[in-house]
Amino acid sequence: MTTLSLSKAINEGLRKALEDDPKVLVMGEDVGKLGGVFRVTDGLQKDFGEDRVIDTPLAESGIIGTAIGLALRGYRPVCEIQFDGFVFPAADQIITQLAKMPLRSLGAIKLPVVVRIPCGGGIGAVEHHSESPEAYFTHTGGLRVVACSNPADAYTMIQQAIRSDDPVIFFEPKRRYWDKADVDVEAPGLPLEAAKVVREGRDVTMLAYGPMVKTCLEAAIAAEEDGRSLEVIDLRSLNPLDTATITGSVRRTGRCVVVHEAPVFNGFGAELAARITESCFYHLEAPVLRVGGFSTPYPPSRLEEHYLPDLDRVLDTVDRSLAF
Amino acid sequence: MTIDASRGPQAAPPELVQLLTPEGERVEHPDYPLELTQDEVRGLYRDLTLVRRFDLEAVALQRQGELGIWASLLGQEAAQIGSGRALTDTDMAFPTYREHGVAWCRGVDPVKLLGLFRGVNHGGWDPAEHNFHLYTIVIGSQTLHAVGYAMGVQRDDAEAATIVYFGDGATSQGDVNEAFIWASVFNAPVVFFCQNNQWAISEPLEKQTRIPLYRRASGFGFPGVRVDGNDVLACLAVTRQALANARDGQGPTLIEAYTYRMGAHTTTDDPTRYRVASELEAWKLKDPIERLKAYMFKNRLADQEFFDAIDSEADTLARDMRKRCLEMPDPDPMAIFDHVYRDRHLLLEEERDQFAAYLSTFEGEGR
Repeated sequence: MTTLSLSKAINEGLRKALEDDPKVLVMGEDVGKLGGVFRVTDGLQKDFGEDRVIDTPLAESGIIGTAIGLALRGYRPVCEIQFDGFVFPAADQIITQLAKMPLRSLGAIKLPVVVRIPCGGGIGAVEHHSESPEAYFTHTGGLRVVACSNPADAYTMIQQAIRSDDPVIFFEPKRRYWDKADVDVEAPGLPLEAAKVVREGRDVTMLAYGPMVKTCLEAAIAAEEDGRSLEVIDLRSLNPLDTATITGSVRRTGRCVVVHEAPVFNGFGAELAARITESCFYHLEAPVLRVGGFSTPYPPSRLEEHYLPDLDRVLDTVDRSLAF
Repeated sequence: MTIDASRGPQAAPPELVQLLTPEGERVEHPDYPLELTQDEVRGLYRDLTLVRRFDLEAVALQRQGELGIWASLLGQEAAQIGSGRALTDTDMAFPTYREHGVAWCRGVDPVKLLGLFRGVNHGGWDPAEHNFHLYTIVIGSQTLHAVGYAMGVQRDDAEAATIVYFGDGATSQGDVNEAFIWASVFNAPVVFFCQNNQWAISEPLEKQTRIPLYRRASGFGFPGVRVDGNDVLACLAVTRQALANARDGQGPTLIEAYTYRMGAHTTTDDPTRYRVASELEAWKLKDPIERLKAYMFKNRLADQEFFDAIDSEADTLARDMRKRCLEMPDPDPMAIFDHVYRDRHLLLEEERDQFAAYLSTFEGEGR
């Protein structure tokens, strides 16, 4: 057992993957000497060389496009997109090529490419540095989309994502990069596609992923003081989705609140609400409620605390659910 | 707004590598010596003729409703055969959706190319089998794949080059420019083969560039060369050298094969709306097959019997291709779910099972 920050846990996971498989490559802007703007790749180029930890030109489409080519040659590239809002120049390569090329070949080729994206707000950043673009990618068949929320998961999930023969979009909650926790580097961890009940409860099921898991756990502690028992599920994988774990919980509690930073309208929570309504209709005591960002561009950082779901907004939504 | 001509395409006359004039005269170029045996020249003629015939048959199949669409290579045979025959087995090629001639050189069964256009699959061949990647429809995307692949070749210490095909329109795409940068910075063993066929659907070259395209390379830090794209010998020689340079660690080359799209962009296009017939007539005089045939006649490299035999072989190829196209079955509806993921994906399996159950409700209804 060792204590690691989330960013260091991913670093250690990448290191392990680079050690285990000579075909694994790390590539992106500033991932070499600098170790990435969040230091997630710190020290990797020094130990594995410039051919395996590649500082790329500053062009996101180029990063993903060349990663696809490297994968076609048998490599397993792990790409870093520096910030969530900078993934869009690469969206074409991700959506039209990375997601679809294996199908185009009728299964002859595989593209084991991981696209790491630091996501979410709460760090007082300028525009384009605080976004939650997951729904764009969960909507694209051919991609797997996962989001880690804590150091232990981050360590195993990054390695599982690299081992996957499918392309994986890997979201990292940037405001949790510095959170520390004990990590058992020997533990096999859950399967990549499995959700995890991170706190058991009776009254309301809270569904979250990435940065909002911690917020929900804090909400559950606060609610407990009011005699309310919240069950918190960390979805971990958004596509595929562990519907069995979700359904099992909501059928017990009869209530569900979805929490994410992304805008609620057409956000990932909409999919969850629709699915839960279908699968748990006779068990529900209240409609599935969602709390998240507004249908606006991400606001200037002095306003982000109003935009992001916090303890109070989450608890307010829990109140509304219980009031039905 | 006036445009300063000294900054434009007229700054200096473009150079054009040519080894065979439109009249079929063999000319020498100091940088591109080429010795071919009689059989090799005959082989090139056969390739050109067969892919043209194949292409014409595909157009006919589209007109008869057997293909949804077809992108004809008419006029570009020499660019594709010349460059395609320059490749060795270990070289890798990344095509657009018009590289039927290159596919032919790589040994891909022509009928395999039809699946995409008939709508039974999105490609459906194994790129590794013939070192010929799948057709890419999004303009320019494949240039980055090629450079990434070439970077893999570098890491493997392999003796192989990568060639990537694209058109004049694609040179405006960000991906193509990023590919140039990547190739240059990493000195990747890649050849950028641009078939400048003068038209990007309805837009003429001047909508894409103010300088000859091959000169773009110098700004990225690697050599660029313009070759007569209707001269199969020149395309062969120039591509062969660029590939050798790439394998030899000298990095990328941009080849601009100056040619002309004699047909429509695709079978859905109507070029009479945007270009004049006289342009087509002028380019007909530069036909890649006629000039090779004239050269072969003059130099007694083949007689009428040979040409007749090739024509007959072409007709046989077309007949066989038509037959196998018509025999191509529609895929099973459940194939929608195949090959989307390699690892298990429960969500998709659930959808598949639901759809199968839905379809089964029609069993016995003759549907």
